[in-house]
Amino acid sequence: MTIKEIQEEIIEEFVGFDDWMDKYAYLIELGTDLSGLESQYQTDQNLIKGCQSKVWFNAKLEDGVVKIEADSDAIIVKGIAALLIRVFNNQTPEAIMNADLHFIDEIGLKQHLSPTRSNGLVAMVKQIKMYGLAFNQKMNN
Amino acid sequence: MTIDINKIRHDFLILSEKIYGKSLVYFDNAATSQTPTQVTDVMLEYYNKYNSNIHRGVHYLSNKSTEGAENARIKVQKFINAEHSHEVIFTRGTTESVNLVANSFGECYISEGDEVLVSEMEHHSNIVPWQMLCQRKKAILKVLPFNDNGELMLEKLPELITDRTKILAVNHISNALGTTNPIKEIIDFAHSKNVPVLIDAAQSVQHKKIDVQALDADFLVFSGHKLYGPTGIGVLYGKEKYLNEMPPWQGGGEMIQEVTFEKTTYNELPFKFEAGTPNYIAEIGLGAAIDYVEAIGLDVIDAYEQELLDYATEKFQAIPNMKIYGTAKHKSSLISFLVEGIHFYDMGMLLDQMGIAVRTGTHCAEPVMTHFGIEGTVRASFAFYNTKEEIDVLIAGIEKVCKMFGAKTV
Repeated sequence: MTIKEIQEEIIEEFVGFDDWMDKYAYLIELGTDLSGLESQYQTDQNLIKGCQSKVWFNAKLEDGVVKIEADSDAIIVKGIAALLIRVFNNQTPEAIMNADLHFIDEIGLKQHLSPTRSNGLVAMVKQIKMYGLAFNQKMNN
Repeated sequence: MTIDINKIRHDFLILSEKIYGKSLVYFDNAATSQTPTQVTDVMLEYYNKYNSNIHRGVHYLSNKSTEGAENARIKVQKFINAEHSHEVIFTRGTTESVNLVANSFGECYISEGDEVLVSEMEHHSNIVPWQMLCQRKKAILKVLPFNDNGELMLEKLPELITDRTKILAVNHISNALGTTNPIKEIIDFAHSKNVPVLIDAAQSVQHKKIDVQALDADFLVFSGHKLYGPTGIGVLYGKEKYLNEMPPWQGGGEMIQEVTFEKTTYNELPFKFEAGTPNYIAEIGLGAAIDYVEAIGLDVIDAYEQELLDYATEKFQAIPNMKIYGTAKHKSSLISFLVEGIHFYDMGMLLDQMGIAVRTGTHCAEPVMTHFGIEGTVRASFAFYNTKEEIDVLIAGIEKVCKMFGAKTV
């Protein structure tokens, strides 16, 4: 599936939630289920700075697509990271670079996009895009 | 006298706001307090009727503004019982007040090898300016520790204060733990060793009656926006003898007497420390906030807030896996806490969805978090316009979050 299609799928899932509690309960579930990162990858280098919670991202290029793993000490943040992984994992660097991310807004998590929320969603997206850019350059060299 | 809570809540329009369709429960008072219409009305009136740059104005409006601002200074003087009104310097807030002392007092009295003593439970604004000063002057920053209840270990003071100690800076009430420190005792001991003391009263002027003369405080600093006043205004109280000796910190208009390209002579107190156009409308607003608080009475406010704190503490303790950080015998009206297995940020985010405003994180007091080996806490801080019913809403909210995390907390 393309990044666009996965986003549409997520938006459809969230439409089914009647109130905020269901939505956050789902994020908690996603966060709990995400296997996370082994402690060797929970390094300062992988840490996304500027968050109240700690968020680590690790990405590698395999067979032309980007493999992303993430972890956080806050479960809801980890749940949001799980959504980002679902959207970006196994996509090509070029698709990640050029992705237009609109699902966060549409599933009502827009407030978490504001930089003042300091939960790092903005920083997370930026980090993933940076990976896309870096891997794309690597592939073209 | 007791609090007429319904009447009071009508004075704070924001308290009837709906957040995500739910009634706002505002428990972030230690970060900033709300402002009653008695304060906003006065400020609006000044903007609409009297606004004009203060001091040296020749016209009617300038005189009115000047009068309002200088009356505010006298209100502050009386509020903290300073001996002279020129011992009250208006600043942008607590942070700027501490920076002013660290720079100006530091310039005057601190040299290489000297020592500055702060406590382990200070807000960053009462650590970093001193740290910067120590770096500039090659001086040494020393730290008075606290115990696991969040009480300062005063028994360490005799060994920490040496003949090189030039100033001690300590808070009255800790913003991260709620501890009320025995500042009179601390000041008396420091003075017995000839060490002046700066009191960070940012978290106490809104709760306790302060008398700088009875305390014999050398410097005392606080902000308007935590005292039901406007943002962008703060106070530095300093003893006249120090303020007269200290050099100006910032240069500009207002703080001068005569200027030539060869030499400038400085204005007298308090203007020597108030360079540029001051935030005079906020000064007037702060004066109105003081009037408001005094009309209710700080003793009445303190008693009611203690009642809220006791009520909340008891309810908190009944929640499974709850840990309260800061269990000092003398505490002010805030609770810093964590529920085992639930990240403070998750807790804060979910409470927010219920219309409950709390603060999460380090509360600009990272050394306090380091002491307990944690990354941060959730902090609920109460003001006199809060109610026990609101505390019940918070408790129900915390329990709801615990339930959502069900599997993780048991």
